[in-house]
Amino acid sequence: MAKEPIVTVRNLVKAFGSFRAVDNISFDVFPGEIFGFLGANGAGKSTAIKMLIGLWRPSSGQATIAGFDIYRDTEKIKKSIGYMSQKFSLYTDLTIRENIRLFGGIYGLDRASIKRKTEELLDQLQMQKYATAMIHDLPLGWKQKLAFSVAMIHEPKIIFLDEPTGGVDPITRRQFWELIYAAAAQGTTIFVTTHYMDEAEYCDRISMMVNGKIAGLGTPDELKTGFDSSDMDEVFIKIAREGEVMI
Amino acid sequence: MNKPIAISAETLIKSFKGTKALNEINLEVIEGEIYGLIGPDGAGKTTLIRILCSLLFPDSGEVKVLGLNPVQDMKALRRKIGYMPGRFSLYHDLSVEENLNLFARLFETSIKENYHLIRDIYQQIEPFKKRKAGALSGGMKQKLALSCAMIHRPDILFLDEPTTGVDPVSRKEFWEMLGKLNRNGLTILVSTPYMDEAAQCSRISLIQKGQFMATGTPAEIINSGSEKYYSIKGDNKYDLLKATRNFKTCQSVYAFGSSLHYTDQKVEFEPSELGRFLNEKGFGDVEIEAIEPGIEDRFMTLMKNG
Repeated sequence: MAKEPIVTVRNLVKAFGSFRAVDNISFDVFPGEIFGFLGANGAGKSTAIKMLIGLWRPSSGQATIAGFDIYRDTEKIKKSIGYMSQKFSLYTDLTIRENIRLFGGIYGLDRASIKRKTEELLDQLQMQKYATAMIHDLPLGWKQKLAFSVAMIHEPKIIFLDEPTGGVDPITRRQFWELIYAAAAQGTTIFVTTHYMDEAEYCDRISMMVNGKIAGLGTPDELKTGFDSSDMDEVFIKIAREGEVMI
Repeated sequence: MNKPIAISAETLIKSFKGTKALNEINLEVIEGEIYGLIGPDGAGKTTLIRILCSLLFPDSGEVKVLGLNPVQDMKALRRKIGYMPGRFSLYHDLSVEENLNLFARLFETSIKENYHLIRDIYQQIEPFKKRKAGALSGGMKQKLALSCAMIHRPDILFLDEPTTGVDPVSRKEFWEMLGKLNRNGLTILVSTPYMDEAAQCSRISLIQKGQFMATGTPAEIINSGSEKYYSIKGDNKYDLLKATRNFKTCQSVYAFGSSLHYTDQKVEFEPSELGRFLNEKGFGDVEIEAIEPGIEDRFMTLMKNG
């Protein structure tokens, strides 16, 4: 059963002068896993993610993403991953169809695939009727779903979601998590950050960062038991405020 | 003896390009309250706060803030209110101290004169007072913005999503600061997309698509519906969710942290029936029990009903 990890991180460090934003972190993520990457503001999450997606070069340590080395294969990494941030990164003055086509092109799909994918996505999202609507006229929940689908258009093995549900209403937020579950069930690996602690419960495993280090790593149940807490909120507070550590 | 009304708005309407950002809002905030506007992005929270702060004019409706009309008495009103916008709006290339000084002088006061008001908050960033505001961490920027909004001793403090994108621990600390300011007599109107923050407010309105879906104390809103809520616990949450949705009288079922929350179409719903149904679908250990809803449950029910 022991699957090969799709993300391996060993002793990864990013230093800015004497300050270690990411201080010797190690973990694995497995295919199809929903991996929650949590931590306080300024704990080093964004810095870690920027190294993992090949944007920033680490100071030391090793990591591979989908088998590619984060020092040498940064271009290959970018082709194997999807990325969606809170800002949704769609072009607001293009239509839904134009956005899908544009991102298909950016991710290197050929014409035929783009055409097929566009129809597939419009059907899946039930947006056929609105294909020519401008992004800026769409409700937030739609933009979010579309941004997610567009980030998956090249069928990446792993997708990075950076606070994908910030500010979204509670029903849309849950619908979005169903998209995440569906993608994971298809075998896509999900790497997600969130400030909603109920969403931490929806992850298969969670890492919690404090001051550049991983202070807790495990399933939600393991963390709750390990920190003697009734919910993830309590776990987070014990780790981030009171400096408890479980390894 | 009734306490005076700090803010009132009647049938307030504001449209942008034909879309009603605010659709007949009625609001009353009593002096000394912490009043929460709870709702997602795009619900109308910012538009409402900006109208109350005299930064936007309403299309129609009656507005009074501290007895003043934000349109006609704009100048007088602005001296009496503090406003912390959602986006960091201080001068990035001025230092912490220069920003605070600027705000104090704009309002013809000084840091020294009103230091006691901001002491608890400002002390935490004072060691960095020579640092440029743009180089502060998120949490420190927030404390500086709050200090700047308070330095002229406002009678009401308006905060537009002060905790959005902030981690749970920093959010908790921020609310502790607000609680303290409030206990010292400050009236506070605050907006947030985080439903769990409702519990920190004396009264709240749930806002969605430019309308208030409910108004009251958090307890009143929790107890206002006739729906009964149940939690369902079991393995394989996502599959359990999909299976439960197919139960014949299921009204709604949503993931809520480690469990699912469920409401049924029928008043005489029997949890054991759902239990049997789930057993038959292959879910062994399923626990179903009646629960008291939270604000988020109520918000979702009201959204669906609306």
